[in-house]
Amino acid sequence: MMTDNTPVTEEELHAFVDGELPDDRKAAVEAWLASHPDDAALIAAWRTQAEMIRARYGAVASEQVPERLTLARLMRNGGRWKGIAAAAAIGAFLVGGVAGWMGHGASAAAPEPSAQFIEQAMNAHRLYINEVRHPIEVRAGEAHLLPWLSRRVGATLRAPDLASFGLTLLGGRLLPCQSGAAAALFMYESGSGERFTLYAARLKDGQSSLRYTENNNLAVVRWVESDVGYALSGPPDKTRLKSIARSAYDQMENRAAPGNRSSNDPLISRTKS
Amino acid sequence: MPGVFFPEWLCCRLHRSVPVSSFRTDIETAVPALRRYARALTRNAETADDLVQETLVRALRSEHLFHGGEIRSWLFTILTNLNRNRLRSLARRPSVVSLTDQDAPDASGPELGGRDIERALALLVEDQRHALLLVVLEGLSYREVAEVQGVPIGTVMSRLARARSQIKAYLDGERPALRRIK
Repeated sequence: MMTDNTPVTEEELHAFVDGELPDDRKAAVEAWLASHPDDAALIAAWRTQAEMIRARYGAVASEQVPERLTLARLMRNGGRWKGIAAAAAIGAFLVGGVAGWMGHGASAAAPEPSAQFIEQAMNAHRLYINEVRHPIEVRAGEAHLLPWLSRRVGATLRAPDLASFGLTLLGGRLLPCQSGAAAALFMYESGSGERFTLYAARLKDGQSSLRYTENNNLAVVRWVESDVGYALSGPPDKTRLKSIARSAYDQMENRAAPGNRSSNDPLISRTKS
Repeated sequence: MPGVFFPEWLCCRLHRSVPVSSFRTDIETAVPALRRYARALTRNAETADDLVQETLVRALRSEHLFHGGEIRSWLFTILTNLNRNRLRSLARRPSVVSLTDQDAPDASGPELGGRDIERALALLVEDQRHALLLVVLEGLSYREVAEVQGVPIGTVMSRLARARSQIKAYLDGERPALRRIK
């Protein structure tokens, strides 16, 4: 009988430990381990690690589930939050009013460098994607969302439709930005909880096309159109983020010049990868 | 005060008229495993249950987005993404690491094993920690982990390999110098 002498790779050793190795390689790996004590020791170490992890945390699954994590409780709470939501809507207007008022006296400030703009967008993204129950002030369905943010920011804003990328608009919020002016932040979410934000604020930095920046596990594509800077932030996947940004950009441009749509740009990708 | 300003819209969008289905039963069945995974990820019971609660709220809200498939993997995906968001936000803050427990008297006691693996896990990059825990603690297949993390299987395997080699190095004694400070 032929022995499979193909050298065993480290990947195969992991697969062996995790029960992922195809049956026809098991014998080869076992034979390999018999004659390679270093690898056998490695495997033993990995198994010990796994046992330590299971010994440390395995019992959690047998604990009684706290009441707050029962579905009965979670479903029941659905109604209680409505009052808070109403109060929050009022709060949103208060915050918006203050930020708008602050921006009033500062509109003649010096032009912002775009680096600062990107940093503000990244900060806002990092701060708010973490908010699970209240990532936004005004939700997408509210008719006043866009008029309100447009008025505060001082530009006609539009929240692009990113459904073709599997992203749903949750809503938006108003933020103070450099020099006290106002910025808008729109938040989008995928079905599995990934979040993207679109940050928009007045920015006198000339026209600019899409530019990609990546920093500390977060990526931003920014562009400037009619004195408004936009920054789309999300996971650092250049192709995907640029596709989404391109679609957002096209939709905004389309609004400015209706009836003149051209979507032959190869960057537009409709795939959800 | 800030709590008053922020809408809790997402939670009020729980559907009132969703039929009781195996969907919910499946979710409920997964809760113990989600708690275990979250506990190992956060190493803090309270934070872990917060994550699980947020995962469940989101899952219930997104029932209409669930197009069949493994509910368990989907829940792990949501929890993993929430944890990643949480860590990104934490990364912006100055890191606050308590050194007091380094000098705790039980450093050589029976707890040693548990504490060591806990510290070793804490040293990993989040994606590696996710991958390792999903495989060894939750028993997900490489393919399932690849789906949860949204990466190719090869990436999962290299994360796993890096995680294991770092933990091994730590347990073998290449510990941060802190250990020697007394």
